[in-house]
Amino acid sequence: MSILEVKGLGISFGGLRAVNDVSFAVKPGEIVSVIGPNGAGKTTLFNMISGVYMPGVGQVFLEGQDITARAPYLLARQGLTRTFQNLQIFQEMTVLENVIAGFHLTERGPIWADLLSWPSARKRAGEVRNGAYELLTRVRLEKAAEEEAGNLSYGALKRLEIARALAMSPKVLLLDEPAAGCNAVETEEIDALIAELAASGIAILLVEHDMKMVMRISNHIVVLDHGEKIAEGTPTEVSRNPDVIAAYLGSEEETAHADG
Amino acid sequence: MTCRRKWIQISIIAAIMLVLPFFFPSGYYYRVGALVFVNALSVVGLVILVGYAGQISLGHAGFAGIGAYACALAPTHLGLHPAVAILLGALISAALALLIGRPILRLKGYYLGVATLGFGILVSMVLSNERALTGGPDGMSVPDLGLRSLLRDMGWRISGGEFWYGLNAVVLLIGIWIALNLYQSATGRAMRALHGSEVAAQTVGIDVPRIKLQAFVISAVYASVAGSLLALQNGFITPEVAGFMHSVEMVTMAVLGGVGSVLGATLGAAILTLLPQVLTVFAEYEQLVLGLIMVLVMIFLPRGLLPSIVAKLRGRGE
Ligand SMILES: Nc1ncnc2c1ncn2[C@@H]1O[C@H](COP(=O)(O)OP(=O)(O)O)[C@@H](O)[C@H]1O
Ligand SMILES: [Mg+2]
Repeated sequence: MSILEVKGLGISFGGLRAVNDVSFAVKPGEIVSVIGPNGAGKTTLFNMISGVYMPGVGQVFLEGQDITARAPYLLARQGLTRTFQNLQIFQEMTVLENVIAGFHLTERGPIWADLLSWPSARKRAGEVRNGAYELLTRVRLEKAAEEEAGNLSYGALKRLEIARALAMSPKVLLLDEPAAGCNAVETEEIDALIAELAASGIAILLVEHDMKMVMRISNHIVVLDHGEKIAEGTPTEVSRNPDVIAAYLGSEEETAHADG
Repeated sequence: MTCRRKWIQISIIAAIMLVLPFFFPSGYYYRVGALVFVNALSVVGLVILVGYAGQISLGHAGFAGIGAYACALAPTHLGLHPAVAILLGALISAALALLIGRPILRLKGYYLGVATLGFGILVSMVLSNERALTGGPDGMSVPDLGLRSLLRDMGWRISGGEFWYGLNAVVLLIGIWIALNLYQSATGRAMRALHGSEVAAQTVGIDVPRIKLQAFVISAVYASVAGSLLALQNGFITPEVAGFMHSVEMVTMAVLGGVGSVLGATLGAAILTLLPQVLTVFAEYEQLVLGLIMVLVMIFLPRGLLPSIVAKLRGRGE
């Protein structure tokens, strides 16, 4: 039984069909990757699933319930969250506070308790603080806990976003290029972390340019080109698909070799 | 750790409040101090709205006007004690903020600025035009709070200046305490989060419009209480309290001191309240000087006086 299901999703910006009739499903504990060249519509697809954009057509189901165009904060409360390709960090908060903010749903209480620093409010704050430290350790940012988030490197911020997303114990996690800007070691770590998260039962929808990583950790791959789904299947199936090679993989592997 | 920092900040301000009177050349300075505290109170409220939640208001004096006129009108017309009138004013301000905040806070940046500006102008126009009730632009007198005579009956003789200095100091300290509590709470963190990124705040489950509204209502109550205290200590009030210049004054104080910092806001309020007392020319060119300060701060100290100084000191320490 799939936890996230996308049916015939599409959206246009002016005349441009950024995403057109895309369908697929993700099961709990599964890693599904969406690949495709720049501008293929991957981020737009994420924006529609996570409620940031309202889809022109199609539906999104979470645990069988139609959640199409539901506000992102309501989706978060139902266990769906995401990270961003272009970082969305709370810049002026400390690294630790960024993660604590991720615990908002656990921590929040009556506002008068917050205003008066009531013992119940302090207790809640103390509890999530420990949880936040644990998550920071998990993404190896515990040493930077008290630093202002804006001072961190790009790769570190990518991991901070993952820690913040994990704070709300998601059932479905959308990761938009989590390893972009990370060095080889950091990429491995993120790679291992994603596999670990999936093993714990979280359904993961991943956009990633590092093909080696995608091929290694994905259970299922959806290939987009010009907003259309041109193929899907297991990593082996997809990597043998001539359409995919023509549209994307061939050139990507060349650049990957050139980079390496 | 953060809890300790909160009490350090409060202790510093309380200590300054206690020590300052020993240096006052005359009793008149109690009055000036009382005015500083009232202004600081409304600026601390603005810090919650602007500094925490990242929303602008150019009409907050409107709420000060409501608080002020509640204390002028409710005792005579409704027979309420002035102290209860402060609460009534705060309640009306909160209700009004709730009502207009919902549609207004959907706007961003300049548009929000203009919408709040419109609200402030509306309040000051109503206060000016309802002559029968408010006395119009000439203003009206405000009944005595009656607390000082109570103290006198208990054998504690203090001057009006001393009384207002003490009362406003206590209210400001409470206001600061609440603002600092909020800062490190779930709600305050949600405010600061949506300030950083609304879309990311949503993805962690933060109801952005609701949290913005809470910031707006809380800051409206601060302005309202400050307006009430101002009216009561002056014993007289004019619609200028709700006017555009007063709103701009508040924002300038906040920006000058450091809009993200409660302590900085207090410093900003102190500087801009004292300046016209020291330099009498300032009174004549108030608009000009306010504008100049705003521009200079924006260019040279975008985070405000206090945070910039703190950053400098930290940088040197390392
Ligand atoms: N808000 C928007 N307004 C107009 N065009 C957009 C918007 N968002 C995305 N697009 C367009 O949709 C296409 C797909 O973009 P995107 O989803 O970011 O691609 P990808 O993430 O696969 O690189 C691009 O042509 C992009 O310019
Ligand atoms: Mg993208």
